Amino acid sequence: MAFFETIDIVKNYANHKALDNVSISIPEGSIYGLLGPNGAGKTSLIRIINQITAPDSGKIIFNGRELCPQDVHNIGYLPEERGLYKKMKVGEQAVYLATLKGLSKRDAIKKLKYWFEKFDIIEWWDKKVEELSKGMAQKVQFIVTILHEPKLLIFDEPFSGFDPINANLLKQEILSLRDNGATVIFSTHNMSSVEEICTDISLINKSKKIVEGKVHEIREKYSSNTFELIYNGELAKKNDITSKFEIIRDFSENGNNIIEVKDPNNIGSNELITQVMNDSKIVSFKEIIPSMNDIFIQLVEGNIN
Amino acid sequence: MNKILIIIQREFFTRVKKKTFIVLTVAVPILFAAFYAFLMWMMLSKDTETRKIAVINESSIEAPVKSTDYTKYNYIENADFETEKNNLVKNGYYAVLYVPKDIMNKKEAELFSDKQVPMDLKGFVKDQISSKIERIKRDLVLSEVGIPDLEKRLAETKTRIHLKTLKLDENSGEAKESSSEILSIIGIAGGFVIYFFILMYCTQVMRGVIEEKSNRIVEVIVSSVKPFQLMMGKIIGIALVGLVQFLIWIILILGIVFAAQLFFMPDIDVETLRQGANLGQLAVTSNVDIEQLKIVSNIAKTLDPAFLSNYLLAFIFYFIGGYLLYAALFAAIGAAVDNETETQQFMTPLAIVLVIALYMGFGVMRNPESDMAFWASIIPFTSPIVMLVRIPFGVPTIELISSMGILIGSFVGLTWLSGKIYRIGILMYGKKVTYKELWKWIRYKH
Repeated sequence: MAFFETIDIVKNYANHKALDNVSISIPEGSIYGLLGPNGAGKTSLIRIINQITAPDSGKIIFNGRELCPQDVHNIGYLPEERGLYKKMKVGEQAVYLATLKGLSKRDAIKKLKYWFEKFDIIEWWDKKVEELSKGMAQKVQFIVTILHEPKLLIFDEPFSGFDPINANLLKQEILSLRDNGATVIFSTHNMSSVEEICTDISLINKSKKIVEGKVHEIREKYSSNTFELIYNGELAKKNDITSKFEIIRDFSENGNNIIEVKDPNNIGSNELITQVMNDSKIVSFKEIIPSMNDIFIQLVEGNIN
Repeated sequence: MNKILIIIQREFFTRVKKKTFIVLTVAVPILFAAFYAFLMWMMLSKDTETRKIAVINESSIEAPVKSTDYTKYNYIENADFETEKNNLVKNGYYAVLYVPKDIMNKKEAELFSDKQVPMDLKGFVKDQISSKIERIKRDLVLSEVGIPDLEKRLAETKTRIHLKTLKLDENSGEAKESSSEILSIIGIAGGFVIYFFILMYCTQVMRGVIEEKSNRIVEVIVSSVKPFQLMMGKIIGIALVGLVQFLIWIILILGIVFAAQLFFMPDIDVETLRQGANLGQLAVTSNVDIEQLKIVSNIAKTLDPAFLSNYLLAFIFYFIGGYLLYAALFAAIGAAVDNETETQQFMTPLAIVLVIALYMGFGVMRNPESDMAFWASIIPFTSPIVMLVRIPFGVPTIELISSMGILIGSFVGLTWLSGKIYRIGILMYGKKVTYKELWKWIRYKH
């Protein structure tokens, strides 16, 4: 059963429709990628989930019941546009933001000390925010987002502004939060990170959800029955292959011959391998599965559906 | 804890802990008081330099100048002005005064010194000689006319009257003595302070909102609290800063007044002064000039504690009311723009209204019973300033209540309206906002 669901969300602004009957369903314990080009409506949807704005119509189901104002304590949100009060001390500010999420001051300090130690920024506790580097400020924001141990975490472009080492640290933390029972919504343009950590995605384009599902299922769905075969030797019966398959590419490289074929009639890869095997030595064989990046671009440009 | 309280706390403490707040609240009034005390001291302090002045008196006037505590006049008989001038320093004189024989007609004497003679000394010598000559001439006239007691009778014609301004108390029906000048000063001072407070603290609200928006913390916060809570938390927090500042000022002023009273008039009881009886006796026991006592007594009568505490309460009400009315609008402006330079187009109209209110205050001070005074103290945008100018002159209770009621109603309405602009504005980046746009935001459904 879905842990979090939006049902037919509609949001109109004066000049345009930001969300047009958007329904998404987020399984418990998933890392759910919310994808889409700029201006598609992702931020509008995230703001509605956070109850920053209200939808014109539609329902939101959280953990089996309708979302209510108290649920802000069960949600952690790291917005894309994020910042801190520059003149405030780091620790003081983190405590302030944590108490706004419903933690008591004492709990907040205790938990913050733990996380500050873990992220190696404890000596910055009494410094002013303006003295922090961007990466350190991002760490503080991340800690504040997860401190109240919310059941649902929402990260909007979490890795922007992080160097690869810290981005990796963050990724590990997100994964371990998921392992500890949190469900994560992850909004990004960075498709390689989607492939790496997301289990489920939905794609929003022009205010509409156009695709949703498990990452591997979507990639399979949009795989176009294309195979790449590398072999040594000559193909005697090339005509047999071309009669059944569509050859996309055929070239030589580093002494190997490479052939890329499409299987429009669903004959199956075994037939292809048998054909080649008879005459030459197979070096490698693989099915070409489209990357999320390709699927994203193809879907957004309307080349596939 | 209630979230709005957490926000109020942050807004309050981050501002109160700032150095600029402490300096403005404590140091500035003390510096002002010290500056004025220094000025007063300078003006009141007597010339205590001891001087010896040689006087060559060739006229028939007997001893034209008298020695004082610090300046001694030595009359030198049969001396020559020129030689005395040359021996000035040698003889240890500060100056030589030459009173010529025909001073009565020539009306000219000479005071020679190798230094620049101070103004006070010059004035003293001049006045002494003039009054001596006047007396001689007057005696001559009196003896010619031959009317006995003429001088005494003429002196009796001099009449100075003191115009008491009494005001009929609406409730008790008693006439109360009060000074219009002091009331005017109190009124306009109250109006001015309100103007200054509203402008200063509302600008702080606007800056605070712009800060939150431009450093992008606002989206983090509104995922925990409602935008309206954030706005109200900020407005109330800053209002408390203003009230604390005002109370500190009041305490400082009371302290300074009390200290000054102890220092300057140690033997005078303010209550006795207020009753205004026995001023003559007081003048004797306390060694203070009776004219000065009259002024002080007048101030004390006008500023009785009941009036002052009522005025203070009215001040606090109109400060809070006026501040809340404008603060919500300033918060909405802060939310609508991306940086401070863009605030001009929206701030200018509000600033103009405030300045107009202040000028109306000056007009009302001159004529507290005019129609303008009535309307300006009812309309909520001007009432906080204008009503404070009017109150010392007395305002009918019904007018006061309606003015307060309208102010409360208006700020509730405007806060609600501003909240709508604020809510949309804080999440809107990089958009040049027009009045038309703001109107659209107001009409949005949430």
